[in-house]
Amino acid sequence: MRRNIVLELGHRGVHYGISLGRSGIFLWQTVIRWPQPTRSFPLLIQQIYSVGAMSLSIIMLSALFIGAVVALQGFNTLEKFSAEQELGQLLALSVVRELGPVVAALLYAGRSCSALTAEIGLMKATEQLDSLDMMGVDPLHFVVAPRFWAGFISLPMLVLVFDAMAIFGGYLIGVEWLGVDQGSFWNNMQSSVDFHIDVMSGFYKGVVFAIVTTWIAVYQGFAALPTAEGVGRATTRTVVYASLAVLGLDFILTAVMLGGW
Amino acid sequence: MDRDMIIELIVGLFMLAGIAALVVLAFRVSNISDHVSTDGYVIKANFDNVGDLKPRAAVKLAGVKIGRVIDVQLDTKAYKAVAKLWISNDAAALPTDTSASIYTAGILGANYVGLIPGFDEAVLKDGDKIEITHPALILENLIGHLLFKTEAK
Repeated sequence: MRRNIVLELGHRGVHYGISLGRSGIFLWQTVIRWPQPTRSFPLLIQQIYSVGAMSLSIIMLSALFIGAVVALQGFNTLEKFSAEQELGQLLALSVVRELGPVVAALLYAGRSCSALTAEIGLMKATEQLDSLDMMGVDPLHFVVAPRFWAGFISLPMLVLVFDAMAIFGGYLIGVEWLGVDQGSFWNNMQSSVDFHIDVMSGFYKGVVFAIVTTWIAVYQGFAALPTAEGVGRATTRTVVYASLAVLGLDFILTAVMLGGW
Repeated sequence: MDRDMIIELIVGLFMLAGIAALVVLAFRVSNISDHVSTDGYVIKANFDNVGDLKPRAAVKLAGVKIGRVIDVQLDTKAYKAVAKLWISNDAAALPTDTSASIYTAGILGANYVGLIPGFDEAVLKDGDKIEITHPALILENLIGHLLFKTEAK
């Protein structure tokens, strides 16, 4: 019995090691297939459209609500110290540094990454990938690389849009509704938010999240068992792994960035 | 317009939205306009105690921001703090007998450097040093003084 547990653990360890290595090789093979300008540019545009542009509405709506909630909560706390004019600073720093990249990446993982996995997995299940291979078209080049690069480009853009919309949402609640003075709201925000340190660190987080979540999505789709159940499982795994990766990496990146990079 | 063109248009708009958001974040939310301001020069000032002065703190003259602190270091020989102050060229030239003090904005606010111009004809140039400085007021020391005084009476 005990031997079986040890065996099982070892087996799983080797299994995870192998799939991690395989996905690493897969990432490398995808990265070196940067879409060529003439041939695969339309594919890339098509993917940015479905991965990024179509996520815009959900990102903007969530950002509006997140900004509004942060403003509401912040106002209630700051009011106790009669420091409500610092609301702009609180809102901008928390959104730009943390909430923007993390929430945008989580939404992206739920909306776009799951779709990527399901799409590639179904292509595999219906043997479309094999047919492409037989026709002499490299599926990595034709199917995977455009999707990977589309995610790489889209998520940072979504993060920026999220930041701007969340601050607008906070402005609506803080200034228009709760009556924080408009001048001190923007002025305190500007004097405490540094473009290079705060805004760009959020942007870099977005870039890292984009690489990792899209990588997980395309790999899970590509490695899915070619059955209905296999595709479903791969999609679940994508959302779970991508969300965990975002939250875990966020901690590490924040520690690195705050620790005087 | 065929479908491909509509998709391309929407992707273009998406990209524009991202860039517009970046511009908003840069100029409306953060202080990048501070970084791109005009030329200036750097002067030094030695303080006995800089309190909580940090890089990027404001340098003010008559309450108007004319520059910022770019560096605070310890002079290991004189045991004094050396603050490097960046002064914008837009501000008036400072006489050599200008004095520098460290103030606090409000009770809990951040520290900043306040300059009081002197009467000398010569002006401070890049790399010059302000000779007359007043250290930051440390709240604990003040309270200590106060207690000591009341006890002595």
